[in-house]
Amino acid sequence: MGLFEMTRTVLRNLAGGPATRRYPAVPARTSPITRGHVVFDPATCRSCGICSKRCPCVAIRLDKEEKVWEIDRMRCIACGDCVESCPFGSLAMEQEYLPPTVEHVVDSYTITYVKPERPAKKPAEEGTTDA
Amino acid sequence: MPERIVVPFGPQHPVLPEPIHIDLVLEDELVVDAVPSIGYIHRGLEQLVQKREYPEYVYVAERICGICSFMHALCYCQGIEHIMGTEVPDRSRYLRTIWSEYSRLHSHLLWLGLFADGMGFENLFMRSWQLRERVLDVSEDTTGGRIIQSTCKVGGVRRDIGQEMLDKMHRDLDIFEEECRDLGNVFLNDETVKYRLKGLGVISKEEAYALGSAGPTLRGSGVASDQRETGYAAYGELGYKAVVETAGDCYARCAVRVRELYSSIDIIRRAIEGMPEGPIDVKVRGTPDGEYFSRVEQPRGEVVHYLLGNGTKHLARARIRTPTLANVPALVKMLPGAQLADVPIVVLSIDPCISCTER
Repeated sequence: MGLFEMTRTVLRNLAGGPATRRYPAVPARTSPITRGHVVFDPATCRSCGICSKRCPCVAIRLDKEEKVWEIDRMRCIACGDCVESCPFGSLAMEQEYLPPTVEHVVDSYTITYVKPERPAKKPAEEGTTDA
Repeated sequence: MPERIVVPFGPQHPVLPEPIHIDLVLEDELVVDAVPSIGYIHRGLEQLVQKREYPEYVYVAERICGICSFMHALCYCQGIEHIMGTEVPDRSRYLRTIWSEYSRLHSHLLWLGLFADGMGFENLFMRSWQLRERVLDVSEDTTGGRIIQSTCKVGGVRRDIGQEMLDKMHRDLDIFEEECRDLGNVFLNDETVKYRLKGLGVISKEEAYALGSAGPTLRGSGVASDQRETGYAAYGELGYKAVVETAGDCYARCAVRVRELYSSIDIIRRAIEGMPEGPIDVKVRGTPDGEYFSRVEQPRGEVVHYLLGNGTKHLARARIRTPTLANVPALVKMLPGAQLADVPIVVLSIDPCISCTER
């Protein structure tokens, strides 16, 4: 009997269709929580820099002066730590995996968030600086 | 006496997805000695611990290995939690157990496929990986990643599994187990497979123990050593008994892994049934100061993370002893006496994971 243990698996393989899909012609299987790639919303970012500090692979660079937020797609490991830590909800995780590429991809965004006008402070408080 | 020749095996070899180099000393077709050399893909991940803050290093620890990634994160997190005296909630311990066992399932199915491929049994290879895909789908649906789960964190887990999903997983396990048993039946009872594996690459109980091997390599030789018996995560409540075979050959190591598939399914089932309600994480404050040897059972054997904190956000030292490194001396002992054509199978039988080994 031992000789024919494999016959059933061979027959099942012959009868069944292919287990794979023709990616990329057919999109890859994803779930609603799949970590595909990080998307950034420049309109809500307040340049706090938590994302770039927490990124374990130093993929995010933030230039507060120039108001530039950059993500190095080749370094990003899509762990989702930045998305979780962003206090303003400027980062989100999309399900689609980015297509393969042969060039170094750094996505750069100019932050467009404008601080809303606040009521003017008292002159005495403005003067108290360390300098 | 026949002339001795040296045949290089690897670092690029069709049966090995990863680079390990072994110089085989042959007399005709018979292996009389083996000299391994590693160090092709060293990445310096242990040193990164000084450059990344301790909660962020979890993601680095996960990427030490592409297959047992969850267990690396778990081992690291347990070490940090022990140093800091953090008690993680019950639900997170159960969730960690479930994800660990799913990782073990997909790792063993991957290995069974590669092993079948090494034997030249293409059909069985395809069947194994077809089954593995189902495990990966569950992994993706519950964690967002197929292989790298990224759900473990210091103080608990990052994601919960809803009751609906737990019920679905429990239901699917029945069909999955049936198919696993079909697959295991071919590995354990097919005459051709038996003929190829029995009596090959034998290592005795004493030798396996003395050479410090780990995991299925050790248990295949009759030593009942499994870290899950120590009761980390939820294994203490769920109870676990090591799967042991005594022959010490390739067939025994294969049998251990096949039977571990069933025991993993059983653990997942019991963990889902006994899943406690409650929070999934606790807030961790402060910095680790102290040292700890954290030990976790990976699919390939026992992994040890030695962590030394100095009271800052960065750890002072991390040392990771991975199971494949422990199994290489045993492999060198197994190879002499094998035919050249059997070398790929013997090498595969320890389930070598070179990225783990070189970190």
